[in-house]
Order: sequence, then C-alpha cells, then structure tokens
Amino acid sequence: MSHLPAKFEDWFKKRGWSVHPHQADMLAHADEPALMLIAPTGGGKTLAGFLPTLAELADGEHEGLHTLYISPLKALAADIRRNLTKPVEDMDLPIRIEDRTGDTSATRKKRQRADPPHILLTTPESLALLTSYEDAPRMFAGLQRVIVDEIHALAESKRGDQLMLALSRLETMAPGLRRVGLSATVEDPAALAAQLARSDQTCRILHADPGPAPDISMLRTDTPPPWAGGGGRYAIPEVLDMVKAHKTTLIFHNTRAQAEIFFHHLWLANDDSLPIGIHHGSLSRDQREAVEAAMVRGDLRAIVCTGSLDLGIDWGDVDLVIQVGAPKNVKRLIQRIGRANHRYNAPSKALLVPANRFEVVECLAALEAARDNDLDGDPRGPGPLDVLCQHILIRACAGPFDETELMQEVRSVGAYAGLSRAQFDDCLDFVATGGYALRAYDTWQRLMKRPDGLWQLRDPRAATQIRMNIGTIQDTDTLKVRMRGAGKPLGEVEEGFASTLTRGDTFLIGGRIVRYEGLKELVVEVSRSSSQTPKVATFNGTKFATSTQLSQRILRYLQRGDWSDLPAHTADWLDLQRSASTMPEPGSLLVESFPHDGREHACFYGFAGRNAQQTLGLLLTRRMEEAGLDPLGFVATDYATLIWGLEPLRDPAPLLASEGLRDGLDAWLAGNAVMKRTFRAAATIAGLIQRNSTQARKTGKQATFSSDILYDTLAKYDPDHLMMRITRDEAMRGLVDFGRIEDMLTRTKGRIVFRRLDRITPLAAPLILEVGKVPVQGSGRERIAEREAERLMKEAGLA
Amino acid sequence: MTTHDFTFCDTAMRALPSGALYLPDHDTLCISDLHLGKSERMARRGGALLPPYENRDTLERLDQDLNTLNPARVICLGDSFDDDEAELNMPEDIRLWIVRMIAGRNWIWITGNHDPGPVSIGGTYLAEVEVAGLTFRHIAQTEANAEISGHYHPKFRINGAGPARAAFVYDDTRLILPAYGTFTGGLNAASAPLRGLFSGTPIAVLTGKRAIAVPVT
Repeated sequence: MSHLPAKFEDWFKKRGWSVHPHQADMLAHADEPALMLIAPTGGGKTLAGFLPTLAELADGEHEGLHTLYISPLKALAADIRRNLTKPVEDMDLPIRIEDRTGDTSATRKKRQRADPPHILLTTPESLALLTSYEDAPRMFAGLQRVIVDEIHALAESKRGDQLMLALSRLETMAPGLRRVGLSATVEDPAALAAQLARSDQTCRILHADPGPAPDISMLRTDTPPPWAGGGGRYAIPEVLDMVKAHKTTLIFHNTRAQAEIFFHHLWLANDDSLPIGIHHGSLSRDQREAVEAAMVRGDLRAIVCTGSLDLGIDWGDVDLVIQVGAPKNVKRLIQRIGRANHRYNAPSKALLVPANRFEVVECLAALEAARDNDLDGDPRGPGPLDVLCQHILIRACAGPFDETELMQEVRSVGAYAGLSRAQFDDCLDFVATGGYALRAYDTWQRLMKRPDGLWQLRDPRAATQIRMNIGTIQDTDTLKVRMRGAGKPLGEVEEGFASTLTRGDTFLIGGRIVRYEGLKELVVEVSRSSSQTPKVATFNGTKFATSTQLSQRILRYLQRGDWSDLPAHTADWLDLQRSASTMPEPGSLLVESFPHDGREHACFYGFAGRNAQQTLGLLLTRRMEEAGLDPLGFVATDYATLIWGLEPLRDPAPLLASEGLRDGLDAWLAGNAVMKRTFRAAATIAGLIQRNSTQARKTGKQATFSSDILYDTLAKYDPDHLMMRITRDEAMRGLVDFGRIEDMLTRTKGRIVFRRLDRITPLAAPLILEVGKVPVQGSGRERIAEREAERLMKEAGLA
Repeated sequence: MTTHDFTFCDTAMRALPSGALYLPDHDTLCISDLHLGKSERMARRGGALLPPYENRDTLERLDQDLNTLNPARVICLGDSFDDDEAELNMPEDIRLWIVRMIAGRNWIWITGNHDPGPVSIGGTYLAEVEVAGLTFRHIAQTEANAEISGHYHPKFRINGAGPARAAFVYDDTRLILPAYGTFTGGLNAASAPLRGLFSGTPIAVLTGKRAIAVPVT
C-alpha cells in the first residue's frame, strides 16, 4: 500500500490539507507485521495510524472486525470515534466505527460481540475482558490490524504487559495480525518497539518531524514562593494575567489535592469571572464530561487539571500550558508542553511555576534538560508474574486450554520471551491450586486437569467472578461523595480520608467547599458550606518521583555556588541554608538533626535518587530502632531522606557504618509497610484478593480482612510462596541494590558532616510536606500508644 | 504488666494482649470468633484460594494462652467455625489438636451465626451460658445487662500509633470481645452499630504487644 485512494486525495485537498510525510510513511509500510510511529502531540498521529485501515476498508469488501484501536483512556476512545466518524461520513465510506469501554451499555456490548463493527475502539481492560469470552475466536477471526495509541504511557505500567499478553491471544485467533504503536517522544524508542512486536519479529520505527522547539520558561512573580509546600498559590495573580493574555490555558498540577486548592483560590481571585474549569480523575464522570464538552466548544479560558488530561485528547485551541510544581520528570514535561498549540508548525508555549524555593532549582534544572532534550526514564524489567497469573485465569474463562500452547503464546510477548518453564508452571500451579507448600485438601482447586490433558475451570460459574476482577490498575478504596438530597455524585475521596471526618468538617471537592454530614450506604453525604478553611481531601493519585538524571542535575546546580541566574528570593534562601547549616557537597554526606513540631527529625542528603533514599530510610530506621531512638516514620525524596521519631539523633556515624548493614535486614524489610503495599498490589492482580465480588456489592458489607494478615501468614508459614517471591522481586526493583548504598557509605566514610540544630533548616523544610510517608511500626509507636491512651484515660476521668 | 485488669459487673476481668478474656476468680478463659476453617470454606465455595494456615496460627496462639493459664473452663463465644461444614471438613491433625485442648476442661461452644449446628468434636454446645451472674452469648442483645459477647470483631486505633488493632470494648453493663481468629477483619468501635450498643464513654482495650485501655470518644 503506497498511495491513497482518489477519494482520500480529494478529501485532503478539499480541506486544504496535505498528507504529512509521516502519514505517507505509515501507508508505505502498512504491510509490516509491527510498526511504531514516534510523533509529538498534535502531529496528526492518530490519523496516521488509521489511514491504512480506512484505505483498506474503502472498497467495502471486508466483513467483520478489521482494526482494533486501544487507548489508555476511555475518554480518548470516545474522542477518537467522534474525530474518525467525520472523515468517514465526509467521504461516504462503508465503515462502521464503535467504541467499547467500561461505560458502554450491556446490550450494546452483547451486540458488538455478535456483530462486531469494522473498527472497534477500546481499552486494555475491555480487550482482556473480550478475550475471556468463549466466542472470542469468532469475533476476532478476521482481525487485520491493532493500533495501540499513546503506547509510551501504557508501556510504563502493568497495563502494557496485560495488553501485550492479550495481543498474543489475538495473534492465535487471527494469524498475521499487524501491530501499530503510536507514541509521544520517548528516550528509548527501540525498547518500546521490542515490547510491541512479537518476540520473534522486528518492529520498524518511523519518526515524524518533531516540529519547532518549545518556548518554555519560568513564570516570574512579585511574591516569592514559600520555603516549603506545594500548590503555587502565591503565583495566582500572575497566572490569572497569563490566562487573560491567552486564548485557552491548561494549568497542570502534580496531584489532585493541589489542583483542588489552586482552583479554589483561583476563583477567589478571579474578579473578572473568567470561565475556568477543573478536571481530574476523582471527579464524577458527569462533571468531567461537562468540562470536556465546554472545552471543545471553546467556552473555557482555562482548565486546572492533573495527569487525567496528559494524553492526546484533542482540546482545540490551547495556546499556553502552565505547569505548577516542579515537573519531576523531563519526559512528562515535554509531553505536557505538547498539549499547547495543536497547529503543527507553531512552537508550543509553556510556563513553569515552582511551588516552593527548592522547586525553583528543580524547575531550572528541568528547563536545562528540556533544552538539551535529555529525556529520562528507567528501563522495564521482565514481564511481571502477577499479570501472567491473571492472564492464565482469563484464558481459563475462554475455555479449556493446553498448558504448553499457552506458554509458547506467552513467550511470544517481548517482555515474557525469557520466561522459564518453571516460572510458568509456578504461575499455573498458583492459579490452579493456590500453590501452597501445605497441600492437604482437594477443595483448593480453581482449575482442574481433564483426562485429555487440557486445563479448565473447576466451576464454570467462577468465570463471572474472574471477569469482574480483570485489570491491573490499583485503586485505593474510594467512596463516592454526594450532595445530601440531590442525586448526582460530586466525585470520590479515599476511604482513609473519609474515616477521619466528623460531622461538620469541611473539605474541598470539585472546586467547592462542602460540609460532611455523614456516611450513608457507603456514600459520603455532604451539604454546601460557606467555610473559608476547608480540609483537603486526599485522592488516590500517583506520586511522581524526580528521575535520577534530574536529581543529579539539581545537585550540580547547588554545587555551583553562583546562583546569579536564580531569582533573588531563591538565592537568598540557599544562602540562608549555607549560613544556618551547610550546603550538601559531593564526597561527603550532610546529616542534619533538629526538633520540629514536637518530634525529633534527622535529614540525610544523599542525592541518590528516590529509590536509594528510600532504601537508606529502611536501613537507618532499623538501626535507629536498635539504638533506642524510637523512629516513627520516614519519607524519601530524590535528594534526601527525612526520619522522625521520639529521640534526638546525636551521632550519625554508627548508623552509617557500612559493616553489618545487611544483618537482620531481611526480617526488618519483611515487616515493613513498603513490602505489604507491594504484596497487596501483586496479590490483587494475581487473583488472591478479589476487589470486586458479587456478594460484597450486594450487601455493601466489608466482608474481607486486611491483606496484611495474608502477608503475615505467608511470611510465617510459607515464605517461599509465589506471591512472596513476586513481592520481594518487585520491592527490590523499586528499591535499589544494596551495593549502591554500601558504595555511597564507603565513599563518604569519615566524611559525614553533622549539624545538630535547634530548628528546621531551609533545605529540609520542603520535605515535611512530601507525600509517600512510610510508617515504622516499632517501639516508638508502642510508646505513643501507651502515652496517648494514658492521657485520654485521665482526660475522661477514668484513670 | 502486659494485661489490662478491670472489674466488670463486680467480677474481676483480665483482658489479655492476645484477645482472650480471663476470669481469675472463676478460672475461666473466654475467646470469641475463631472462624476456624475460613480458607477451606472460601475455597469450597469457589472464592479465592487463601493460604490454608489460619487454623494452625489461631490454635498456636490459643495453645499459648491455655498453657499459661491452664483454665478449668473455656468458653468459645460463637463463630468458632466459619460454617458447620468447615467443622466437619477439618483436617485430622487440626481436629486432634482441638480434642487435646478440650481434654480435661469444661469446654463450652456457644453457637454463633456462622456455626448454628451442634459440633461433633466434643465439649458442650449451648446457645448461651451463665457464669457468676454474667451471660455469655454470641450477639449482644439490646436490653441485656451483665453480658459478654462477640460477633462484632471490634477494633480501635489510637491517633499516631499506627493502624487499628483488634480490641475489647466495655461499659458498665456490656463487654464485647475482639475476634481471636487469624483470618478476621474488624469493625471500628466508634462506628455506629457498635457505639450504639454502649452508653456513656465505653473503654476499648487494644490487643497487640500489650493490652492498652483507651476511652472510645
């Protein structure tokens, strides 16, 4: 296929468009088994992916499903359907296009399986569900192409692994299937291509013209940013000025909570009543759709948003992107900037708003990196086994299977090419019997082997339960929030946050302040409130870690000692750190110890990246526990680890001695919250813990007990169980090999710079407000429990 | 001292950090909601294949309490088995273990909503029992006085001291035991269904390393 049918040429011409070179490239290579296009946002990427499909379907001869389009977002699938329907209708092409997501009605879904459209737009989870039906081979028999949009976003998570496993199933049902990946700019296109293609095939990579370099700078403000804290409230007047000076502005925040606070204060200062909306993943679907529609109509001047708008939805005429808070990751910054200016040849315009003074430094480092096009990212490890366990369950739902055939199919996936027979057998055994060392009962059987050697579900009714739990996205438990009396939900908050509320408390959601009234059938009921000082709701949302590459740039920046290119307030702040304490330097390790807010704190500036700093936190709290310092918790950022506890640190040297660092470490790690968190995720994906059960939904009752109990039980009686091995592997990948920590300690041995201070230091202040705190369950907690209980008993006149 | 000693309806009580209650003047040990056979029941009903170790873990802890106190009388406050079939399906080693515990003791199984049928394993099977003027039953009754029960799996947390722990809850007229079984969840003592059973400011006794008493406010 090297040219377009005449109909298409006319259509392009009529609109005064010409085919982009990369779109022509995609047509020319349409027959390749795997193809990946790297193009900046707004480069006509999606059309480039679909042109070959439209051309092939133009003659109306293909029956049934031809092309499957997979996107990471439901909203994106719906958006693409609208955009694609336009040219199809204009050219009067005989093509039926439909989307299918969690939001599609049951009747429509049923019809789609019986009579599939030519082009089906869906998500990885909906596709996995489709492959679990017994009639899947009939539906996918004639499938020609699969287009994976925004593949860079999917490939970073287990959703990508699940998708590629699903593609291996499709390949068996539709041999010769062609795969197409569409990606934003990434640091390692070859690695991404290897994930997309079958392990025995190669993938051609096509590059679109990256377009002009973005116009990106830091917003200058009259008010200096605070020492610590996020949100960027101080910059609101300047941000409003910028919104006024542009047609449409996207204001990105790193967390949903920050977006809520910022939006609230933006409206308080919005004297001209500029139409400004808010969009994030915890808002109700109705609210999000209303904002999206207003945006498409061009009714909004600005949207305060989070990562939920990161991906390629076409928002029309955005001409400015503002990033509040340090971007943490240069790749994401570049992708976000791409949201501005969809006219391909105009440069994107973006402004960075550091939330505090440390972030001023971070922002400058990120700007440098963006200018150098120094993209960051960490390579992905081999395919995760918990996702494979779920895949085996899904396969079993679709009907009896042969274990060797399934294993070979799995090995055709790039990430699983190196899977050993033993690993596969472990996963199969786990799915079939639970895989426990103790094998006493024959009731532990989910799958059974038939006399003909094929595996099948022991009870076919279990398929319903398995289908309800498909997916790898880890949601924390959330509760819906609703106005009392009124029907429509406002959004949702974390269950943990809801449990801290008492009647009369106020909090922010969807840009308004509401008053907590009570919990009714697992819905948080609220009323309107005129309070000025709301609490901030916690929403599940990702914590971004600064990439290791970026934190190295930051350290280099601090070492310059000449901060003339920094705003005066930030240079002053760094000078203050230098006079109050010390500036961290290479070749030595700065440790500060100070009381703050009723607790003792110790801060270790390793600049080793978040993973290493997190491992350091685990190591140090173990030694502090032994030394009787009663640590209560720690938080790690890319440049430092902050530990708080009951007793002051007076001599860090013994804590940092590299000898015996590993002694007893396994036991300490095993009891840590990081491990339990990792276990919970893996056990949920693998099907040991069920998020959704028909019964739980019916009764609305918390029928389950904490996954920590399962973890503790396995740690005690079956420490080598598959789920424990997966947990250890993942936690270790998330942490860092101890060799690197030992190297750092050996290198700085005897060169520990220790400062005992009477108050928090400028450099430590931002850490106090970091999210992702790790509690330490040791004698410090026991002491607090006893002390607090005694106080409360006295207060109540009971002791 | 790791236990919490108190007087309830004129009777001396000792809340153990394990979640068991001991009445020293009556040489009686009381535990509730063992939920033995939970993982077997889940597997049998086509649910998740949970680790089959909860019987062993629960009985090991119970063994420790029995060895320390060697009580003449043991009262299990119901939901001792996750269902009647779980009791029948108990593997032989677990069954023998329980039989050994019962031997030489006045062992009373109170019936619970999970295990309404009589048990085959030995001991006395009763809907409720009275000892020293106190009524022991599975589910608390609204108008009851001097009552000791289970069922609710109460738990409670102290601010700043980590996650919630299984807890005893009592006021002047009512005492509710925490779940003793390994595979059990819990209900916050301050939440409506539990809080509503008590008057005034009830006391929660947290289990764990040591028993810690704290008012439920």
